[in-house]
Amino acid sequence: MGNSPDLGVNLGRIKLRNPVLVASGTFGYGEEYSELIDLNKLGGVITKSITLQPEEGNSPPRLAETPAGLLNAIGLANPGLRAFCERSIPFLEQFDTRIVVSIAGEREDDYLRLSERLNHIKRIDGLEINISCPNIKGGLSFSQDPNKIFSLLKKLKRASEIPLIVKITPEAVSPVEIAQASKEGGAEAISLINTLIGMAIDVEEQKPLLANITGGLSGPAIKPVALRWVWEVSQNVDLPIIGMGGIMNPEDALEFVLAGAEAIAIGTANFVDPWTPLKVIEGIRKYLVRKNIKKFKDLVGKLHNRFSES
Amino acid sequence: MTLLYRNFLFEVLCWRRRASERSRENRVEIFKKDDIIWSMYLIEAPVLFNKEIINKHYLMGLFAPEVSQEAQPGQFIHLRCTEQYDPLLRRPFSIHKVRKDTLEILYKVTGRGTSLLSKKREGERINLLGPLGRGFKINLSFTSEIILIGGGIGVAPLYFLACRLRRFPLTVFIGAKTKEKILGKEDFMNQGLKVKIATEDGSEGFRGLVTDFFFSQFHSSIGAIYACGPVPMLKEISNFSLRHNIFCQVSLEQRMGCGIGVCQGCVIKGKDRYLRVCKEGPVFEAGEIDWSKISLQGR
Ligand SMILES: Cc1cc2nc3c(=O)[nH]c(=O)nc-3n(C[C@H](O)[C@H](O)[C@H](O)COP(=O)(O)OP(=O)(O)OC[C@H]3O[C@@H](n4cnc5c(N)ncnc54)[C@H](O)[C@@H]3O)c2cc1C
Ligand SMILES: Cc1cc2nc3c(=O)[nH]c(=O)nc-3n(C[C@H](O)[C@H](O)[C@H](O)COP(=O)(O)O)c2cc1C
Ligand code: FES
Repeated sequence: MGNSPDLGVNLGRIKLRNPVLVASGTFGYGEEYSELIDLNKLGGVITKSITLQPEEGNSPPRLAETPAGLLNAIGLANPGLRAFCERSIPFLEQFDTRIVVSIAGEREDDYLRLSERLNHIKRIDGLEINISCPNIKGGLSFSQDPNKIFSLLKKLKRASEIPLIVKITPEAVSPVEIAQASKEGGAEAISLINTLIGMAIDVEEQKPLLANITGGLSGPAIKPVALRWVWEVSQNVDLPIIGMGGIMNPEDALEFVLAGAEAIAIGTANFVDPWTPLKVIEGIRKYLVRKNIKKFKDLVGKLHNRFSES
Repeated sequence: MTLLYRNFLFEVLCWRRRASERSRENRVEIFKKDDIIWSMYLIEAPVLFNKEIINKHYLMGLFAPEVSQEAQPGQFIHLRCTEQYDPLLRRPFSIHKVRKDTLEILYKVTGRGTSLLSKKREGERINLLGPLGRGFKINLSFTSEIILIGGGIGVAPLYFLACRLRRFPLTVFIGAKTKEKILGKEDFMNQGLKVKIATEDGSEGFRGLVTDFFFSQFHSSIGAIYACGPVPMLKEISNFSLRHNIFCQVSLEQRMGCGIGVCQGCVIKGKDRYLRVCKEGPVFEAGEIDWSKISLQGR
């Protein structure tokens, strides 16, 4: 029709061709899904969190299904920094999409060493600092203390030039404070939300469904909670947000955008329907045309002007 | 590894084209040898039929030409049982039978997903991802007898395998709780195969577990065992085959997320690392698995 809307959006220095990314841990390092969808069409790929050394992960069973939700206790199973650099970076470099690398650790030093090593890789567009993994020891400790995340980010800024994104969990003492501290520490964007901690029990066997007992809840079940945090953080902290949590279709994604998310990420939905990211991009485009909105950016946080709390 | 195993010249029917040999040549250096990506398809497959064959057990036919033509015995498909978001995840099912453009699954209604599946009517479409996983390895120079052992719904992948092995001396052991619950007997017999039945209550064939029946019939010219069924059964058969140095593969189950190797959710404990059932499996060699770490709560 010639009036194709502009889907471009910026997360600090990270320029996305469209606002749809795939969430860490739900897309691996892109190889498998590249057989099913064209990665060049995505706004970006956020890779599964990597740690300095390879991680085996937790004992199985690692997954349990709950009403409209998925509990996982993968335990950050990943091939480690080295294998990631040798294999996944060259793979992802073939595609014209933004590469956001999620990193995780137990101590400040882990994050620093990871970012120093990754700093040399030109094609990495962003580092997502996963301080919110519920499944590993110390995974949440940075989320409990705004001072800790502030000082971590300050050091990361010095160690690497790659734009930093902080991934926040509602399990944090105060997501708003953590987001504010992230901004002051130099983060260029926030990812909201990581999974919520939950559990499920097999009453016949009288034991937890997960070997790890508790796990991270994702999927449609958590969408209202995720939306609420996007809404609240976007009103209080002046940083772009990547919204996620239960996005299954374009309408879900648009809810996050109206609530204040500059971009959105598809997580668990990839398992359900690998075409979801592409369907969401197309759905957003159609919505903009239908509403006669020229630029996607104009839609971001549209609710705020009308329903702001403050 | 055993001598027998080493002597086998495996013509690996089920290990097919690597992604690197496919469209994107430039991937060649990136993929290491042991990493094999299958061609997989995501399609809306029309249901051709869906009928209850015995109590709570259904046979479903799906029109899926790409999948049926590439599928190998032991591989599975990942189905969306509903368009709604509850139940949320796909459900994995072994490929039971393939014809030219169609494939069949044999499934047991055990919960909400399979219950929804059982209500699908002819002409409805089901979102299908497959074929997935690593199937049975087949040695084309088999001369000694091959044994297939299926417990309960575990016969599902064995029929497809039996069709590919038809020109070898083959015996199929089927185990069931009662005579009424025996699955697949006629199908195997129609292929001209030797079928031996064990029922737990003795209502047909051997009285007792199919494993005990098989062990009692064991002789030294058996060259390979393929098995699928409850975990305790597979564990016994695996240990038996390891003791007797017989090549043995079993098909295992685990709760799945993605089904394609991404989420690391479906692992079981292997000898020295976790193995993804959807990617390294669902078919494993008996010796690959750390049987002491596998929960015995089979179905
Ligand atoms: C590789 C593979 C091949 C399979 N092939 C067949 C087949 O040919 N025929 C057949 O009847 N069944 C097969 N199964 C088991 C089948 O997938 C489950 O029975 C089915 O997922 C149950 O779903 P539900 O919603 O009805 O049950 P629910 O119990 O409500 O399911 C709840 C959750 O547990 C999971 N789950 C339950 N039972 C199993 C199981 N045994 N294995 C793995 N996950 C399970 C479900 O996927 C779901 O996530 C196979 C499983 C795997 C892993
Ligand atoms: C199986 C699985 C693994 C995950 N692994 C990670 C991870 O390694 N790092 C991370 O930051 N988030 C991880 N997540 C969280 C997701 O990125 C996302 O924040 C969360 O699932 C909410 O989105 P969703 O409901 O759309 O899945 C994982 C989620 C799932 C389901
Ligand atoms: S189901 Fe996701 S890795 Fe096997």
